Amino acid sequence: MCATCGCSSETILELHEHNHEHGHDHDHDHSHSKTRTVTLEQAVLARNDALAERNRKWLAERSILAVNLMSSPGAGKTTLLERTIRELGAELRVSVVEGDQETVLDADRIRATGAPAIQINTGQGCHLDAKMLARGLQTLDPPEGSVVLIENVGNLVCPALFDLGEQARVVITSVTEGAEKPRKYPQMFRAADLVLLNKIDLLPYVKFDVDDFLDGARRANPGVEVLQLSATTGDGIADWYGWLRARLP
Amino acid sequence: MHEMSITQSVVQAVCDRMGDAQIRRVCLEIGTLSGVVADSVRFCFDLITEGTTLEGASLEIIQPTGKARCRDCGAEFVLNDLLVLCECGSANRELLAGEELKIREVEVMA
Repeated sequence: MCATCGCSSETILELHEHNHEHGHDHDHDHSHSKTRTVTLEQAVLARNDALAERNRKWLAERSILAVNLMSSPGAGKTTLLERTIRELGAELRVSVVEGDQETVLDADRIRATGAPAIQINTGQGCHLDAKMLARGLQTLDPPEGSVVLIENVGNLVCPALFDLGEQARVVITSVTEGAEKPRKYPQMFRAADLVLLNKIDLLPYVKFDVDDFLDGARRANPGVEVLQLSATTGDGIADWYGWLRARLP
Repeated sequence: MHEMSITQSVVQAVCDRMGDAQIRRVCLEIGTLSGVVADSVRFCFDLITEGTTLEGASLEIIQPTGKARCRDCGAEFVLNDLLVLCECGSANRELLAGEELKIREVEVMA
């Protein structure tokens, strides 16, 4: 770059005229290209959000309740789904969209309960997005008035940012993970309509401060509803079923 | 790492809006409470823009800090993370800034 006038062989931001009276040769080829600034003021995720709105409309037209379940790996999402389908599947006509990076293991577990399930493998992706859900819904073709439970990729960070078009978001944490999860992942808890604290049957065996967990969750999301349950023993599960029934269109 | 998809969304959105125009600079707003790590977006940017109209463009990221208004006492305060309470002890707050995730402007070859 010319130290005096700032012109260079690379692009210059503004077209400018100047006298080249300073002492050096301009043997380099410099085109003073003009650029212009265009204001976009556009949401980065606008495309996903538009697709999510389309999903939401599609679901509403069919009176289908879609719930997005998010948690870290191993919090018990699939076990909760299995029990929910076994006990409520016939009443609510539940079908499932399974998101995982790899394998069809979870969809196989769900199908073993008799519920229709579709597996979406995200490969390198760490979350489901609205386009993936649209594809899943198209393949699944859930009946009017039914319930679609979406099991997102096990991850407490990325899924929080991506609207799928669901009516509600549920975050599941288990007592074996530690009570600090809401403090470590406030974005996820902030995005939740409901928090489920799972595996409470293990509370006598682990160091888990329920009050501290509740305090963290409410700091991240004041007023968020928290239900405590065990998907294995069924303790507290009736409250979860009540929550689901109350949201049916 | 969702910053990869976020950066892909940026490139896609700019290409959709600007067509074939050669992009020289992209200016993003990524709030400090948005859940997106600006440094990770910078890391992904060169990789994702390769072979697109954004290749070689510079990336500017503005990071608005978090601000909130307490719904109980009305005070406005700075929020460095989502767990900060109002001085009155309330967690019931409305976020005013910090969650931005948008493309503010681009500079294109005229």
